[in-house]
Amino acid sequence: MANPMRIRAAVKDGITEVRVLMNHEMETGQRRDAAGALVPAWFITEVTATLNGRKVMQTQWGPSIAKNPYFAFKVKGGAAGEKVSVTWVDNKGDTRTDEATIAG
Amino acid sequence: MDIHQTRRRRVLQTGGGFGLMAALSAAGFVVPKAALAEWNKAAFEGKTVADAMKALGATSPAASGEVQIIASDIAENGAVVPIQVVSRLAGTQQIAVFVEKNPNVLAAVFDVGPDLAPDFTTRVKMAESSNIVVLVKSAGGFATATKEIKVTLGGCGG
Repeated sequence: MANPMRIRAAVKDGITEVRVLMNHEMETGQRRDAAGALVPAWFITEVTATLNGRKVMQTQWGPSIAKNPYFAFKVKGGAAGEKVSVTWVDNKGDTRTDEATIAG
Repeated sequence: MDIHQTRRRRVLQTGGGFGLMAALSAAGFVVPKAALAEWNKAAFEGKTVADAMKALGATSPAASGEVQIIASDIAENGAVVPIQVVSRLAGTQQIAVFVEKNPNVLAAVFDVGPDLAPDFTTRVKMAESSNIVVLVKSAGGFATATKEIKVTLGGCGG
């Protein structure tokens, strides 16, 4: 199981800004190791988010996203104390979901 | 009394069986297929911006001042290049980010649902100095913006 994400969510003027820091190698499949063998691609392909259990965000990624990805997005609505949950899925089928509470 | 109870049990068993079948078919067949189909393989494997755009269905995108790329002109480290993309076009549906000189040009596709503001920040890898191209699908068709970022240290092991 992958390492946890760090999620910060704060609401301001009716817009909730969610900032996520994920733990992932994000191998492009272009790099070679010391022995010259190609390191297989291993990257997050899909990220989704829910606000109080309702899906609000969906995105697809390629290998060009940097290692240990940072991702920030803005959701309309939301209130302090509500729950934001973020899920990623990688090309090996591994997945991780973490949750945060919106700060006022 | 006994007969009634047995019947009730039989009905429950049958019902349970149907429920399980429905759950299996939903979990095992319908849902994952739909989820997998969402990742646009053709677009992400595109080697040029034109190919990847075509795979996303973009036809004759025009440059637009309403699409903004916020990033510094020079990236010290190509492995971590922060960029923010913002669209002010009405009815923005999708924002795609391309790094022109990367082996796979498409970095990300953000779906802008009704609950989202068209404003995303992330960090991309850049193999070398290159144009960042952003494609926005909105109610008025496709629009693009381009920004050149100079990389002083490459993103692939440097």
